[in-house]
Amino acid sequence: MHTNMKTYLFSLALSASSLMCFAQANISPAKKQSKTIAITGATIHVGNGTVIENGTLLFGNGKIIAVAASGQAPQGDVVSIDAGGKHIYPGFIAATTNLGLTEIEAVKATLDFAEIGDYNSHIRSIVAYNTDSKVPATLRSNGVLMAQPTPQGGIISGSSSVVQLDAWNWEDAALKKDDAMHMSWPTTPRFRGYGRPQVTAEVQAERTQSAINQLTSFFAEAKAYAEMGKPEVINTRFEAMKPVFTGAEKLFIGAESQKDIVNAVNFAKKFGITPVITGADEAYLIIDFLKANNITLVVKQPHALPNNNDDDVNMPYKNAAILANAGLNVVLSIDGYWQQRNLPFMAGTVTAWGLDKEKALATITLNAAKAMGTDKTTGSIEVGKDATFFVSAGDALDMKTNKVEQAFIQGRAINLDNLHKQLDKKFSDKYAAEK
Amino acid sequence: MKKLLLAVVLVFYAAILFAQQTTYPVNGSFDTRPGQFAFTNATIVVNSNQTLTNATLLVKGQTIQAVGAGLAVPKGYVIIDAKGKFIYPSLVDAFTGYGLPEAVVQPRGARQSVFVSAKKGAYGWNEAIRPETQVKNIFSVDSKKADDLRKAGFGSVNVINRDGIARGISAAVTLNDGADNNVFLKDQTAANYSFSKGTSSNDYPTSLMGSIALLRQTYYDAQWYGKQKDEYNISLEEFARQQNIPQLFEVDGWANILRADKIGKEFGKQYIIKSTGDEYQRIQEVKATGASLIIPLNFPKAYDVEDPSEARNLTLTQMKAWEMAPANAAALEKAGVKFALTSFGLENTRDFWANIRLAIENGLTEKQALQSITEIPASLLGISDKVGSLEKGKVANFLISSDNLFKKDNIIFENWVQGKRFIINKIDVTDIRGNYNLNIDGVGALTLKITGTSGGSVAAIERIDVDSVKATAALARNGDWVSINFSLKKNPAGNIRLSGFLTAASPLLLKGEAVLPDGTTGRFTAAYKEAAKETQKKEEPKATLAMGPVIYPFGAFGNEVLPKAENVLIKNATVWTNEKEGILQNADVLLENGKIKAVGKNLSAGNARVIDATGKHVTAGIIDEHSHIAGSGGINEGAQSVSAEVRIADIINSEDVNIYRQLAGGVTTSHILHGSANPIGGQSQLIKLRWGKAPEELKFAGADGFIKFALGENVKQSNFGTGARFPVTRMGVEQTFVDEFTRGKEYGKAIAVKGNNVRRDLELDAIVEILKNKRFITCHSYVQSEINMLIHVADSLGFKINTFTHILEGYKIADKMKAHGIAGSTFSDWWAYKNEVAEAIPYNGKIMHNVGITTAFNSDDAEMARHLNQEAGKAVLYGNVPEEEAFKFVTLNPAKMLHIDGQVGSLKAGKDADVVIWSDNPLSIYAKAEKTFVDGAAYWDIEKDALVIKTQQTEKARLIQKMLESKSSGSGTQRAQGVAPRLYNCETLENYSAELNESEHAH
Repeated sequence: MHTNMKTYLFSLALSASSLMCFAQANISPAKKQSKTIAITGATIHVGNGTVIENGTLLFGNGKIIAVAASGQAPQGDVVSIDAGGKHIYPGFIAATTNLGLTEIEAVKATLDFAEIGDYNSHIRSIVAYNTDSKVPATLRSNGVLMAQPTPQGGIISGSSSVVQLDAWNWEDAALKKDDAMHMSWPTTPRFRGYGRPQVTAEVQAERTQSAINQLTSFFAEAKAYAEMGKPEVINTRFEAMKPVFTGAEKLFIGAESQKDIVNAVNFAKKFGITPVITGADEAYLIIDFLKANNITLVVKQPHALPNNNDDDVNMPYKNAAILANAGLNVVLSIDGYWQQRNLPFMAGTVTAWGLDKEKALATITLNAAKAMGTDKTTGSIEVGKDATFFVSAGDALDMKTNKVEQAFIQGRAINLDNLHKQLDKKFSDKYAAEK
Repeated sequence: MKKLLLAVVLVFYAAILFAQQTTYPVNGSFDTRPGQFAFTNATIVVNSNQTLTNATLLVKGQTIQAVGAGLAVPKGYVIIDAKGKFIYPSLVDAFTGYGLPEAVVQPRGARQSVFVSAKKGAYGWNEAIRPETQVKNIFSVDSKKADDLRKAGFGSVNVINRDGIARGISAAVTLNDGADNNVFLKDQTAANYSFSKGTSSNDYPTSLMGSIALLRQTYYDAQWYGKQKDEYNISLEEFARQQNIPQLFEVDGWANILRADKIGKEFGKQYIIKSTGDEYQRIQEVKATGASLIIPLNFPKAYDVEDPSEARNLTLTQMKAWEMAPANAAALEKAGVKFALTSFGLENTRDFWANIRLAIENGLTEKQALQSITEIPASLLGISDKVGSLEKGKVANFLISSDNLFKKDNIIFENWVQGKRFIINKIDVTDIRGNYNLNIDGVGALTLKITGTSGGSVAAIERIDVDSVKATAALARNGDWVSINFSLKKNPAGNIRLSGFLTAASPLLLKGEAVLPDGTTGRFTAAYKEAAKETQKKEEPKATLAMGPVIYPFGAFGNEVLPKAENVLIKNATVWTNEKEGILQNADVLLENGKIKAVGKNLSAGNARVIDATGKHVTAGIIDEHSHIAGSGGINEGAQSVSAEVRIADIINSEDVNIYRQLAGGVTTSHILHGSANPIGGQSQLIKLRWGKAPEELKFAGADGFIKFALGENVKQSNFGTGARFPVTRMGVEQTFVDEFTRGKEYGKAIAVKGNNVRRDLELDAIVEILKNKRFITCHSYVQSEINMLIHVADSLGFKINTFTHILEGYKIADKMKAHGIAGSTFSDWWAYKNEVAEAIPYNGKIMHNVGITTAFNSDDAEMARHLNQEAGKAVLYGNVPEEEAFKFVTLNPAKMLHIDGQVGSLKAGKDADVVIWSDNPLSIYAKAEKTFVDGAAYWDIEKDALVIKTQQTEKARLIQKMLESKSSGSGTQRAQGVAPRLYNCETLENYSAELNESEHAH
């Protein structure tokens, strides 16, 4: 490393913190950025599809001040970090996850993401988001620095919020509270093809239609309620719907089949809303429709099995590339919470199967930020945005080369230690000592 | 009053006797009749080889007295002139539930914690083994069902109590009505079996492999029973007693034919197998069983495919099965398989003839068809001396028909059963089919067309030349009386009703009264003009139907011709040898005759096809130590805490699309494990992914046998189950092992001393194999305490643990594993999904590897197995394992722990040609498997895959067109419901029998 003295000190501090082996409980959120920092010599993957070779990234007070291809560190009272040969990425964003809302899948006491009831527009994930969960630290180590904790279940599940993953409490964590309302388009469950369906297809279709009717009434009444100056009786569910109609809060609708997607989009449009569609398995069959309606898609992980026996065995790998290459705004997601540390590799898979690498990066950075309405401050390495990014020794979209060495959230140099590294160290030390 | 009438009829029935003796008293005077009938001038089909023309059949009482041409009719016979008629033996159905109440299966979950039989009496421990059931004790004549079957031409049937795995003895009866005593042909036709536990309330077995194991054990128990004095057991006694009569096994699907036959061969039995009509999908394997089959004619209906978005749900398998099912019988005939046809499974028995004709249109010969519904079922049931052909001394079961039985417009007039006449259609009804000149007073000249069955059942009216009005008419006949009702819509508008009778037979002339819409009456005349044209057209033989090929497997990505081992030189690649040569740059790999011939630089191609692999990477095929693909009927037999007797080998499913999907991820060998619902699970099976081959051909030849053990939350049933099955703590888990191995040792000693006099116990056999180092343990495990525990149990009871699988806390106890030479096969990065993985870390693989343990990454998941190469890449991410070593986590290391590193796992001359060509460094997320060779055959080829997808689309498009045609020609259809993929992992629990029952009732 060719660095000046200040950089040297700074690096030392960083590595010291990672060597000290704190217990998980001692992995404290980092302090506010005090000095302006310049990182030089890195390949900067901006997140908007472009790359800056040998770039310099200057940030202070938690914000990006300059991004340049000069390769030259600015002078003055600036801490300079040489990242020659390394890569800088905007912090990855985990969309539609139950991160922080659950700790252990099989332990009911830790499940805080699915409330009782079908119309839970008043339910808010942010208040249950657990900053002391052991999981986020394991994600940060792979470059995932932000997330959208999202409620699940029912027809309207409630509001997600966007958080950064280095915080004392959920208020600190929140980047945008109640960014989106989440709902699932009523659909007929798929017959397993073995054994007897519980009810006939006709009954199922009726149930689905009845759910759609109820949903339509709910939206219609909520909209009328929103237009009332002062309702006689406060309805908390309808209150929570107000920002959805004004556009202050986005609407995410889960829909898989082409029919359901079209129905969901047309439904939202009737209420003046352009929805984001999540799931979207059959979106590739109706690309023209989705483009015409300017629909953003949050697609499922490519590491999934094809839906049907007869589908192209590599369809899940190719799906996001087909949609993005057709010009749609695509966000990649992964089901679950601890699994989010594999998010970068999902983008890598999409690259292998047909999407330009920088565009694939956008599916877990800028595209995600746009979908959540946080692109003014996050999602790319551009002037004025939050300095939330990381330095990797190699290509971060490939597990073979992903090596997150430093990460910053709003300019704060975060601790990259986690429970797994600690347990690794604990037992590796044991065996080393016994040798 | 009604009741009284009914009683009178019954008494009357019972009272007509054909000069036979009876133990039953008669209320009133006896009505004993001679029952002598002579059928003359008939075409008599004696059997499928002999047809007599202008012949006579003499019947006396229940028995055929004589059959022949030019027979003199003795005095005292009622003569029935059957000129122009055909006489056939009545049909025999070898597989029915006739005369029995339907077994009612109570809907229940997979686990009720009913561990042993709740049936009263000294029966066996498991309710699914019920050989004590005797149809003769529970059968009763069912007049309505008998009538249905007789109308289709059946005269006798085999009656099976379709309940349980060992179902007891069936009986053959005629379809005569009257007293139960009078209809028995044979009280013991066959001992019956199936894989479905039916109404049994016991948990065990929950899976197909459990059903197989239970049946196998029952054979041994029955052998042992005769030699012991400790136990009285009606079930075992009956089971043993019924081994020398025909053995009839009901299965669903060809794969279960093979499975049943394998059990039969093990115990020296040749089962007769009732299957479901998909044998054409693996005809050679089915033929090789040597089994005689009983095949249904319930062909699938075409699917509604008019909505393309719905039609997308259909699988190629469903669509092709629709097309090919009617050709199944022809395929069996061509292959030389002996088979009977059954009406079983038809929605309506009356569809029998339409479907048998469809089978004939699809290539079944009439001769074979006749044999399969007469002589063959009779011989399978051992009642050939009584029914199935028309010979002196046999039971007088015969049909009188208008024509060759198999002709479309043939009419069955009468079905005589045991010498008793059952009229199906009136024999002396004049055939009035044809075109007529119809004249109605006040309406004028029309044409009348009478078509249909039974000598005329459908009518149409047309006014020619004037306004060409056409109308269909309702036609009703009562003997010679005919009524016709139609509307011409104008001139006059409204209904015209005709009621008349046959006044002349040649030429046909109908006369009678006509009532016009306004109520005025007049006369009508219909004079025969000519034969109705359509009738003749239908008799024309149909052109051979175009049909797609059989592909292997029978569905998506199947091949007509399987890939063959080829000689290939892969040139200029980066070659990961997994040997001391390490990773070679610009090197070649030569495959020859299914083996690796050479690895090195500048190899000469000889006659081999050269593949330029410049810029690509070549490795050994991936080996998945922990997989649950390619299984049928459940992967867990978890009803008991030990199920060492069950074998994955029994349930390999060669048709699972996940085989192909995983080839696309470079996997060549998979270790198919029992699930983890109990401490000692079942015996596992190693397979190679030879996509398209039959189940037995997937098995990895000569490999050591393994067995699945499990620890922790699953075996304690922490997250499922009733909580009633022992054990529910890790403390109890220990004692399960201690008890089983203690008993296993005692059993082993007893056998060594007493040999065959010891009850053979398949569960303990497996334990003895472990103790003798002939079977090896792979143990599902999570936390360090339980891992340590099993190591101690093994040490104290003298057995070895080969592999800890999952082993997510292996890193905490790696030194102990190392000291015991135990391998570790783990997940790359899974954690947090249950409490016992709260401290699972992705550095686990690295630490175990660094300590010196043979370390692998496995899938336990059909999806993850598609990219195990990239899971290995995570060993680089988490712990900087050198790339070459990391890749061994999914190749050489699992090969070592499965004891197959002599054949696979590295690129070395002499090893199996299981080789993958990758587009990139295989540890990279950017790597794609471009070609996957197994034994030198390229079962996956990314370029060929694109063609396969295209071919598949074309084939589906053709089938959709054909289905649309079928629908427009009036054939029934069904909703286009797809089949959702069924996936198993360690924790999958299901109820095989319950699902079988449900799927049957869904039809």
